[in-house]
Amino acid sequence: MLKFTDEHEWLKIEGDIATVGITAHAAEQLGDLVFVELPESGTALDKGATAATVESVKAASDVYCPLDGEIVESNQAIVDDPALVNSDPQGAGWFFKLKLSDPSSVNALLDEAAYKELIA
Amino acid sequence: MNADSPLKQTPLHALHVSLSARMVPFAGYDMPVQYPTGVMKEHLHTRSAVGLFDVSHMGQVILRPKSGRIEDAALALEKLVPVDVLGLAEGRQRYALFTDNDGHILDDLMVANRGDHLFLVVNASCKEADFAHLQKHLGDTCELTLLDDRALIALQGPRAESVLAELWADIATMRFMDVAEAALHDVPCIISRSGYTGEDGFEISIPAASAEDVTRRILEHPDVMPIGLGARDSLRLEAGLCLYGNDIDTTTTPVEAGLEWAMQKARRAGGAREGGFPGAHAILGQFAEGAGRRRVGLKPEGKAPVRGGAPLFADAEGKVPVGTVTSGGFGPSADHPVAMGYVDKAHTANGTKLFAEVRGKYLPITVSALPFVTPTYKR
Repeated sequence: MLKFTDEHEWLKIEGDIATVGITAHAAEQLGDLVFVELPESGTALDKGATAATVESVKAASDVYCPLDGEIVESNQAIVDDPALVNSDPQGAGWFFKLKLSDPSSVNALLDEAAYKELIA
Repeated sequence: MNADSPLKQTPLHALHVSLSARMVPFAGYDMPVQYPTGVMKEHLHTRSAVGLFDVSHMGQVILRPKSGRIEDAALALEKLVPVDVLGLAEGRQRYALFTDNDGHILDDLMVANRGDHLFLVVNASCKEADFAHLQKHLGDTCELTLLDDRALIALQGPRAESVLAELWADIATMRFMDVAEAALHDVPCIISRSGYTGEDGFEISIPAASAEDVTRRILEHPDVMPIGLGARDSLRLEAGLCLYGNDIDTTTTPVEAGLEWAMQKARRAGGAREGGFPGAHAILGQFAEGAGRRRVGLKPEGKAPVRGGAPLFADAEGKVPVGTVTSGGFGPSADHPVAMGYVDKAHTANGTKLFAEVRGKYLPITVSALPFVTPTYKR
């Protein structure tokens, strides 16, 4: 199941684990990324807390945790090569995996059609 | 700047929009921050070929001596800048600073001797204040005009000369900081060999009515790519050049900013026209004794960019503050983060290890010589 937030994140839901990244639209708006900082595994985060930081040539931006949960894995590949987020934002450019505190909380997120409408 | 006032447009606004630029408010203008190419490639293209920048938001000012003698305009302007204007030969340009009575910097600018008048280019965000300042102090001796009918573009990069040589063969005879008049595509333009990227290049003042046409035709050249404000900032930062409002402002002096080179001998202690500019006492005092702090280059040791505003410390625990970063980001040509800022004089030696506070962490950062890239000016 693929879900989205109005903060331009995508979540691929498998059971109680959500793989989280930023949308192609967000990656394009940010421009060429040169630095990514990710949360460590085991970090418990509330919805809306700063989970990651991305920096383009020009500016730094925060990536927020989309739902309450615990970080179970971070994508070292985008730390080593931040350009992956620009080239494949909804694939190899994923940010982290989040073990959801409440798997039913995904129901409140946007589906793909609603997200597309948001950025249209 | 009043945030509610409508944004102004340069004569090239429609061109930017047609090139799908991302437009942002800057100094009261709706300006291109980047084109679809993106900041990284725009930056690298400027260093390897030619970048074309719209800098029409900057103020272009004509200063014409009422007496008809250019020396009178030069001496009048010298009352406001710690710079040798009288010694500036016809067809030459130099960097200057408006200072206030405390020796702080009101703006930085370029001054050209155009034979019967001086031609000034000042920052967009300061142009109204600069013009009022000039009018107040020079209005009795000079006729002043803030041009609103001319665009200004910059053509920067190693192939800028060859691109312009196809339009005007004599371009190759110009040296760094020369100013000349020439017709490009039959449009009379004022061309200076200067810029804000650390590259060889030119700034071209074009009558507004012809600006889009001339610019479009230059952009047709395969070596030339339009470049937005994003790459303009990373290029000037790598080149170690100050951005007014970030690295120099009304809290910094020319000596603190390391801009002593902009003050020629004639205006220094013992010079033919020593002092005689606002804040001369403070500035010449700092010249003799040094300033308590100084602008330095800073190289973050890690991959994280350190941005303007980040506090600097001598220790990794953030207990001993020694200064502040004023500009910082990623340098695409340097291929690492780059920054500059002010540090207390005891910590200004190249190689000094400091720590910058970024998101609650103290990241190692090293005082480094500016610029981060070697300039390629044609002197």
